[in-house]
Amino acid sequence: MRVEQIAVFLENKSGRLAEITRILAENDINIRALSVADTADFGILRLIVDKVDLAKEVLRSGGFTVGKTNVVAVEVPDRSGGLASVLKVVNEAGLNVEYMYAFVNKSGANAVLIFRFDEMDQAIAILQEKGFTLLTGAQICAL
Amino acid sequence: MIWQEIETLPRAGLESIQIRRLQGLVYRMYDRVLPYRRKMDEAGVKPGDIKSLADLRKLPYTTKDDLRDNYPFGLFATPMDDVIRVHASSGTTGKSTVVGYTQRDIDLWASVMARCLTMAGVTRGDMVHNAYGYGLFTGGLGAHYGIEALGATVIPVSGGNSKRQITIMRDFGSTVLLSTPSYALNLADAMADAGVSHEQLKLRVGIHGAEPWSENMREEVERKLGIKAVDIYGLSEIIGPGVAMECLHSEHGMHILEDNFLPEVIDPDTLEPLPYGETGELVFTTLTKEAFPLIRYRTKDISRLFIEPCGCGRTLIRMEKVTGRTDDMLIIRGVNVFPSQVEHVLVGVEGVEPHYQIEVTREGSLDVMSVLVEVSEDIFSDEIKVLEQLSKKIQAEIKDMLGVTCKVKLVEPRSIQRSEGKAQRVIDRRKI
Repeated sequence: MRVEQIAVFLENKSGRLAEITRILAENDINIRALSVADTADFGILRLIVDKVDLAKEVLRSGGFTVGKTNVVAVEVPDRSGGLASVLKVVNEAGLNVEYMYAFVNKSGANAVLIFRFDEMDQAIAILQEKGFTLLTGAQICAL
Repeated sequence: MIWQEIETLPRAGLESIQIRRLQGLVYRMYDRVLPYRRKMDEAGVKPGDIKSLADLRKLPYTTKDDLRDNYPFGLFATPMDDVIRVHASSGTTGKSTVVGYTQRDIDLWASVMARCLTMAGVTRGDMVHNAYGYGLFTGGLGAHYGIEALGATVIPVSGGNSKRQITIMRDFGSTVLLSTPSYALNLADAMADAGVSHEQLKLRVGIHGAEPWSENMREEVERKLGIKAVDIYGLSEIIGPGVAMECLHSEHGMHILEDNFLPEVIDPDTLEPLPYGETGELVFTTLTKEAFPLIRYRTKDISRLFIEPCGCGRTLIRMEKVTGRTDDMLIIRGVNVFPSQVEHVLVGVEGVEPHYQIEVTREGSLDVMSVLVEVSEDIFSDEIKVLEQLSKKIQAEIKDMLGVTCKVKLVEPRSIQRSEGKAQRVIDRRKI
């Protein structure tokens, strides 16, 4: 129940994000979710896309440093307390969240939370045990 | 004021002292320093061949490579029992340049330094604030012994903690400041921050060296600190500070204490000595040192020599302020830095590409060195903390090796320009 995410190194200079999205568009790659983490000097763009391997290949040949990592996608009802219910479990289980981001799917009924944990297997097991819906990459792209 | 009569001798008198000392030096080196003896044998020159100063050019050069090859004590000319102190400075590949002193060398150093201080008008009555770093670096201790030999009062404050330095200058009534020129400006900024004006201080003169500085910087130091700022030159291989010094009259460079340090300027390509007034690489022969004498040491500093007497009455040759280097050495806040040292550190960090660039800027009055490192897929992570740890690690290892804190900038792959042939490793944006 892991989702493949690509991460791209972004130097802190203008036009880099535009260049990445241009390359993805040219190759007909659809971005389902993204987040940018930044420091004063550099940033890391994290993307969930419909064609992971192609995205990695075209960005790499475009001169970017690209990595592929696994994340967990949790689907929760889009209402107040949705995120809190997941984080309560995460907290009680002592799982460390490296980072997370979220998006709302088109129907608007559910929100999808993307998590990067230190202990992925343990996190997946606990979340499933507590009855949360975990999505696959294909499911995310089908939303 | 002139400290020693030797500084005003007619040239012929000075030169007769120099040739006598040179002959003694060459015999000593040939007898006691095997690596130099081999060089002389290879060049087919014997100590007896040195009959006049013009014969100096028959002698082989000594280079930084020779120092490295004989690390640490291989070029010492006296038994270690007679060596009472060593100093060291950074070398090109991690091995430092080690220099040694006998008791007489320490006394000589104190005396040349006292002569330099005298050229700047420093006397027994002065309170001398010595903000050169103490330790392996020759600056702090070299100046210290000279101040004591002169009979002035030394405040061995060393570098750092500008706020406390200002309090000391004000409360102790420091009249003379010894520091790198950039640290002098740093002190001026700190004074402005602390609301202390230079009228509240008794500072009269600043003696600044160990890094390149321009006439603009001199004016800035003089204006901000309300002092007369003069230039001093030295390098640890030759003795440390005290090789040459600007007098209060001099408008054309620094007087070389050539009764001890015989200067030449050579063409760095053909290695031919150049006439006075022409620009080239400075070369020194230490005429009087015991533990670590050097013959024709190539400093890689670019300068010119002037033979015309100075308005102060000294007949000593003067050297122009150093205008550059023949190698890629950088001086960052008074510390010698070679790009190869940075490369050495990067190669040791797992996964780091050998593509790097060093960018030097000046923020306020301080030099800032940034090392640009390309992020390859081997070191890339989707987690910020992993990349931040990497840049901290590189920073810590460079600090360990060079003693200089740098910034590490992670950049995209292939963003550092690959030039054809030799890569441009250094971009120096300092306007000095």
